[in-house]
Amino acid sequence: MMEPSAYLILSGILFAIGAVGVVARKNALIILMSVELMLNGVNVAFVAVGSYLGDPTGGIFAFMVMTVAAAEAAVGLSILIAIYRLKETIDITELSVLKW
Amino acid sequence: MEPILFTLFGAIAVGGALLVVTRKNPMSAAISLILSLFAVAALFVLRQAHFLAAIQVIVYAGAVVVLFIFVIMLINVPENRLPVEKLTVYRLLGVVAAGLLMIEGAVASRNFSAPAAAVNEAGSVEAVGRALFTDYLLAFEVTSVLLLAAVVGATVLAKKKI
Repeated sequence: MMEPSAYLILSGILFAIGAVGVVARKNALIILMSVELMLNGVNVAFVAVGSYLGDPTGGIFAFMVMTVAAAEAAVGLSILIAIYRLKETIDITELSVLKW
Repeated sequence: MEPILFTLFGAIAVGGALLVVTRKNPMSAAISLILSLFAVAALFVLRQAHFLAAIQVIVYAGAVVVLFIFVIMLINVPENRLPVEKLTVYRLLGVVAAGLLMIEGAVASRNFSAPAAAVNEAGSVEAVGRALFTDYLLAFEVTSVLLLAAVVGATVLAKKKI
């Protein structure tokens, strides 16, 4: 029997790595992948706690997070395609038209 | 047995995640993302969440990452036009801040303990399906509206003229 906190710590590690990817990278594709990593890290915590408490609610939450992640990937990637068509770049530091 | 498998798949998941955020080429990052997602699916199996492990492989590795790979190949940025990313002080500080966030999370969750459920059936298809179609029916139906909005949004955004 594993300690439940091991799963929570692993979840935190995955979330932190994803957060570093979001704030430190310039490639928009990799930023979107890092967001997926963060959502996935949260799913580990939901599933682990749900299974330790013997409650299917944790699994339901992870299911909803996966749905949101899929929708987010579809919309985010189509925005990326539209940006690439207009600006010929996926470098987020060059996309500063909204910056004052 | 569980600690050994947890260490193995946890290490694969973390290693894959590290590769995702460090690779320059988006295609290598996408392949590493598949590795990490598969390891997390194995962790779900370890926690008896068989339904979610299957969904993880089908939806994440089978649909989301394939979508990523399609887009990588579709826009096909040449190697010399990829963003130049140098290691600066600010980015190192970002890594340090993430490390602190991680330690804080570990400290906050180290005392979490749960009563051991005698027979754990919470992750089975039957238990998840029962909860999904009774207690969480409204959320489940709203999900379909979310997916419809995503489909319409993606189609409109990727059109030739916006």
